[in-house]
Amino acid sequence: MNAERVAISLTINNVRHDAAVEPRELLVYFLRDRLGLTGTHVGCDTSQCGACTIHLNGRAVKSCTILAVQANGAEITTIEGLAHGDELHPVQEGFRQKHGLQCGYCTPGMIMSSVYLLKNNPNPTAEEIKHALDGNLCRCTGYVNIVESVKWAAKRMRGGQKAEGGDVSR
Amino acid sequence: MTTQHAPAGLIGASVLRVEDPVLATGRGCYVDDVQLPGAVYLALSRSPYPHAKITSINTEAARKMPGVELVLTGADIDINVPSPVMIPGQKIPPHPALARGAVHAVGAPVAAVVAQTRAQAVDAANAIEVEYDPLPAVVNGENAVEPGAPIAREELDTNICYRAVNKGGDVDKAFAEADHIVKMHIASPRQVAMAIEPRAAAAKPEPNGDLTVWLSTQSPHRVRADLATALKFPEHRIRVIAPDVGGGFGSKGPLYREYTLASYCALKLRRPVKWTATRSDDFLTVIQGRDQAMTSELALKRDGTMLGLKVRVVANLGAYLCSNTAGPPQRMMAMAPGCYQIRNVFVEVLAVFTNTVSTGPYRGAGRPESVLNIERLVDKAARDLGIDRLEIRRKNFIRPEQFPYKTATGVEYDSGEYERALDEAIKLSDYDRLIRERDAARKRGELAGVGVSTFVEPSGGAGFESGTVRVERTGEITVLTGSSSHGQGHETMFAQVVADKMRVGMEHVAIRHGDTMAVQQGVGTFGSRSAVMGGGALALAIEKVSDKARRIAAHLMEASLEDIVPADGGFAVAGVPEKRATWRQIAGAAYGRLPKGMDPGLQETVFFDPKREAWGFGAHVALVKIDRDTGETKIEKLVLVDDCGVIINPMIVEGQIHGGVAQGLGEAFLEQMQYGEDGEVLTGTLVNYAVPHATSMPTLTLGETVTPNPFNPMGVKGVGEAGTNGAPPCIANAVMDALAPLGIDHIDMPYTAPKLWAAVQAAERGKK
Repeated sequence: MNAERVAISLTINNVRHDAAVEPRELLVYFLRDRLGLTGTHVGCDTSQCGACTIHLNGRAVKSCTILAVQANGAEITTIEGLAHGDELHPVQEGFRQKHGLQCGYCTPGMIMSSVYLLKNNPNPTAEEIKHALDGNLCRCTGYVNIVESVKWAAKRMRGGQKAEGGDVSR
Repeated sequence: MTTQHAPAGLIGASVLRVEDPVLATGRGCYVDDVQLPGAVYLALSRSPYPHAKITSINTEAARKMPGVELVLTGADIDINVPSPVMIPGQKIPPHPALARGAVHAVGAPVAAVVAQTRAQAVDAANAIEVEYDPLPAVVNGENAVEPGAPIAREELDTNICYRAVNKGGDVDKAFAEADHIVKMHIASPRQVAMAIEPRAAAAKPEPNGDLTVWLSTQSPHRVRADLATALKFPEHRIRVIAPDVGGGFGSKGPLYREYTLASYCALKLRRPVKWTATRSDDFLTVIQGRDQAMTSELALKRDGTMLGLKVRVVANLGAYLCSNTAGPPQRMMAMAPGCYQIRNVFVEVLAVFTNTVSTGPYRGAGRPESVLNIERLVDKAARDLGIDRLEIRRKNFIRPEQFPYKTATGVEYDSGEYERALDEAIKLSDYDRLIRERDAARKRGELAGVGVSTFVEPSGGAGFESGTVRVERTGEITVLTGSSSHGQGHETMFAQVVADKMRVGMEHVAIRHGDTMAVQQGVGTFGSRSAVMGGGALALAIEKVSDKARRIAAHLMEASLEDIVPADGGFAVAGVPEKRATWRQIAGAAYGRLPKGMDPGLQETVFFDPKREAWGFGAHVALVKIDRDTGETKIEKLVLVDDCGVIINPMIVEGQIHGGVAQGLGEAFLEQMQYGEDGEVLTGTLVNYAVPHATSMPTLTLGETVTPNPFNPMGVKGVGEAGTNGAPPCIANAVMDALAPLGIDHIDMPYTAPKLWAAVQAAERGKK
């Protein structure tokens, strides 16, 4: 149970972290409990919900499904690393513009999966968006506005989308 | 879309949510995100048996495990989750935080461990050895009322928690005079609320002996009172904070055993204690929804006029009563007749204990069962009598001029134009074309069906709600609302109301909720009540504050009160628009130099109770196809027309409808908590309990009518549960329409592919 700790070194949101972890420690708890990066959420215990989705070496992964030691040497981006200061990432802005979130708990994982989708497919159809987000559960929105949010972001990232509806800043 | 700086016209605008920049960047703070220095962690040993005597508990090994601070069993504590008497004579068996002598459902906590880390706590909980002597279990509500059924709670001599009856008119006479009687038995599947954030508690003893508890709850004040009662600890020394809450759908209303244990352990150890449910914990111990079986008879004249209705509900309450477990079945007593003029009604509710997870409010909370029951009955009646299903509905609708309308069950509906909503849905769905499409598909040998449902959605209710409007010294406005948001966008929607009515920018309004130390006594968010009740309280508080402010403005501008009119940012003198008093100036006077005879301060609190619910309504239409070879279903068209009175933020209302419909489609097609015959849990994780995914969702077509609520200060009605009320019966009617050519008369939801495939196969074998 109290196996010897293992030294790991990884880069998270462009910051290098060195730590000693229990071999059984899941990456998501390392991020949340050790580093205080609580934007990455835990919504299930069977890898179904996707609330814990992060980017590991450029790929979207469920951080509840890998051990912290497996992430040794990795480059990780979490939801906290997406925005530039007060400027939201286009996908974050899309979720805001299109009411793609309600309680917000699934949102970080949804956004991380959506960013990954748009990296590989800058102009997805609604069906492609739904398929890409099938590993992320939302219980509030019925996914309707999530799909709209991703479409909005895709357009913005292709350079065709300006903020709608006048001043929405606050 | 309106800008947020426009001082007026905010009510009715799709203002983007102020919550979103925080939540979308991972800066939200849910209970498990609360960091408390020195915190230790709680884990539980839970019963694997649905019903058993506990013969021994050995905690020796657990106590010696690394990091363990405390181990408790039911022998060590006397903590019970309180449950109010809702029906006279109702049976209330004990609901101990830790089992004493016996367990009555899988997942019941038997022992608690507190250790320095989460992992250590779980390790130690797993090391607790419990010996059980299994007892016979009963899991199905209707089986539980059969003679000789196992008794779920051995403290009682019956499984019946309560029997309740509501009747109106002369039911026997109506049935004697009827030309036709439709009989039906229908069961609604047991559903899991599945808020994506599992429950969590973080309890912190304060240096002065007070207790602060962060809870993932919809009702901080109500839970605080129950926690105080459970712990025998003074309510006013407990502070409950509901920070960001990751969905609830009713399931986060009550006090849970784990909350009392975390609090007790924190007080005992004088250290912060955290507990966070796993998804599996939540599957076993969060209140679940539905699981009611209805046996009904509808009496009609040959021309389709509805004369009388009898409904017998057997409601499965599960093993333990949470504070609101006994509530949902009683909905049938208020809304059995739905949208229809049925003057003779008899409703009997039998609420029964079984060895299953407790039930309770889940989005709809008894409403979906009621709507399902009447809307299936009406479709069956139309088919039996050879009357068009739209015509039979139109013939029996309560008419607009009859409102306020007192039903046979003694409830007064406020306002409604049911036919208009139906007409709108017919128009939006291009109903005649859907029928032609269905008929063409049938000619090709396909299984296709069109379904219609109309419904009422009672909202608000459950007593009062509170609202405080406080103009601070600098003129900024703080609002304290008892409505505790968990995704509904209160911080936006309430700010729109205040900014609109007080004519300030939304950035000058801060909405505070979910903290019993900041907010006056309140009720919480459930039952589609926030806009109706919380909004109603705020509207009245705004009026009172504005009245006082106007008097101060008259004094400041040395004008007569009659000449003072609202203006952007404060008040002005009529006809002299440049003569103004800003909220800052008025507040300065309110907290400083006031005219004689006026009390200082610029703050008003209203406890709002309209003593009635708000009755939203709507009409849904669907075209569904069923693959004959696989049983798979496809929604070709789904139109949802809702009327929730005056709309404050259309974007948020649409979001509520989307989410409700998704859960309704989950009920119709996918979701059912299942138990084996002996009470073993078959669907205890997301691996085997199906919820809608993104790919499950069809295109939704939304429409609306607006019938203001004459009994609400803003004319609003609730909408949060509309989707779960209207969509399942609409789908049920469509699926049964699709299967009607095969002679299939009834199948209970959920309409999973294997279930439909088997029914189609059986029907076709029967035909050969």
